[in-house]
Amino acid sequence: MSVPPQLRLFGVFLKVGILNELEYRVNFYVQLLQSAVGLVIGLAGLGVVFSHTDTLGGWSPNELLALLGIYFLVQGAVQLVIEPSMQRFMEDVRQGTLDFTLTKPEDSQLLVSVGQVQIWKLVNVLLGLAVLGVALSRLQTAVGPGEALAFGVALLAGGVIVYSFYFFLATTAFWFVRVENVLVIFQSMYQAGRWPVGIYPWWLRSALTFIVPVAFATTVPAEAIAGRLSPGTLLLALAVAAAMLAGSRWFWGVGVRRYSGASA
Amino acid sequence: MSPLATLGGELAGLWAAYVARFKVAIGVQFQYRASLVIWLVWTVMESVVYLVVWSTVAQSSGGQVGGYDAAGFAAYFLVTMVVNQLTFTWIMHEFEYRVRQGQLSPLLLKPLHPIHGDIAENVTYKALTSVVLVPALVLLCWAFRPALQPQPWMAAAFLPAVLLAFLLRFLSGWTLALAGFWTTRVLAINQLYYMAMLFLSGQMVPLSLLPGPVQALAAVLPFRWMVAFPVELLLGQLTPEETLAGFGAQLAWIAVHAAAAAVVWRAGLRRYSAVGA
Repeated sequence: MSVPPQLRLFGVFLKVGILNELEYRVNFYVQLLQSAVGLVIGLAGLGVVFSHTDTLGGWSPNELLALLGIYFLVQGAVQLVIEPSMQRFMEDVRQGTLDFTLTKPEDSQLLVSVGQVQIWKLVNVLLGLAVLGVALSRLQTAVGPGEALAFGVALLAGGVIVYSFYFFLATTAFWFVRVENVLVIFQSMYQAGRWPVGIYPWWLRSALTFIVPVAFATTVPAEAIAGRLSPGTLLLALAVAAAMLAGSRWFWGVGVRRYSGASA
Repeated sequence: MSPLATLGGELAGLWAAYVARFKVAIGVQFQYRASLVIWLVWTVMESVVYLVVWSTVAQSSGGQVGGYDAAGFAAYFLVTMVVNQLTFTWIMHEFEYRVRQGQLSPLLLKPLHPIHGDIAENVTYKALTSVVLVPALVLLCWAFRPALQPQPWMAAAFLPAVLLAFLLRFLSGWTLALAGFWTTRVLAINQLYYMAMLFLSGQMVPLSLLPGPVQALAAVLPFRWMVAFPVELLLGQLTPEETLAGFGAQLAWIAVHAAAAAVVWRAGLRRYSAVGA
């Protein structure tokens, strides 16, 4: 059985990331503490809210717990590979060292997207899976194969959308050299994804859906688990994912053509 | 010279030092105009998320929760946003770096205590961020319709309450930052401090909505005097007697923190020179 080259490449970078980080084991404990703080804040927030009400905007406590798990899971995945790779990429543009990437015989977008791994962020991924697992075991209505499939597809679409958005922002580094700060915009908008976007007023809901697409990454997969995801929304998520992936690829091409390299 | 003239001279010198620091800090901050906008998005989002969540809770519990309706929560979280903006401090994220890189040494050579430079920098940043925060606040008021009608004495007492809250929060943050003298792993301490601030100062939820034991904890710790007290005051939840008692508590905590800051600073300096030598 042959492994797709993209996955093999990611595996290599993952291995390098692990080897690099094993030198700095204290960082692992720092990450454990950070994840624990995030978990306590998330759970306590839910606890306080549900000590005053039974449902929040039509969501039951266990459904919101599932949403919290998805929130940690997606955040962990972003911090594990997308964020460090984008930061590395922007640093490469500034220093002109992107040349080394562009001259490699692999797809440059792929190389840039998985080029750096922050391995301890895996803690957040596992934490998200654990919270999601607890939520699933406590949900009254069993999650059937249909819902599970819808959840998988929605999560994949959400992941692609978040990746494309992040990549789009990072690509602007070809024009504006100092853009690390732009990535913080995503992080600050992402904190809204801890709660279902349906509770926000229309202007914020639209922004979280179409400007900074947090809704597709968190609320939509959680709706699938709760059995409330309409086929229309799932199709919309898939369409947005396809469009944004194609858009990010096109934009990358424009950016690379503009890049003049270190020696020019 | 008479003692009075000496004191006057010292104060004038301090003022001149502050003005100089303001100018430098403005120059530094203007390099990072984009980060002002990002900071604004972060601040606004944090407040709006809690505001919306609690308004939704109020709506699903028949219009109100613990005396707050949607407009009441809007008022609470928008005032909290302002108080938080005016009082927050980030020195604990910088100090460890300062010690590790040896940047503290030139500061120690100056005749002025380094805390003055940090206060001036903080105040300048607040002034600059207010320029972007005020328009955002107007828009948020228009979008969320907060119910806020303070009596004149409350508005008058709000200002000193915020000022004392700033002093208290700054001193506590500064004392905490001095941990950087002893350890390079201040991140853990900062995380716990952040969590305590979030829950026990009223940023995440009005303290009266927390479970009983947590409220009891909040009552005996200094955090509520850094944010919740001025907010509750402006929202008209406190009697004049409670307000006076609150000022007393703020002053007492400030005295405790100032003493702690002085003691820890001296101990830290001895430690610092030992490392540097």
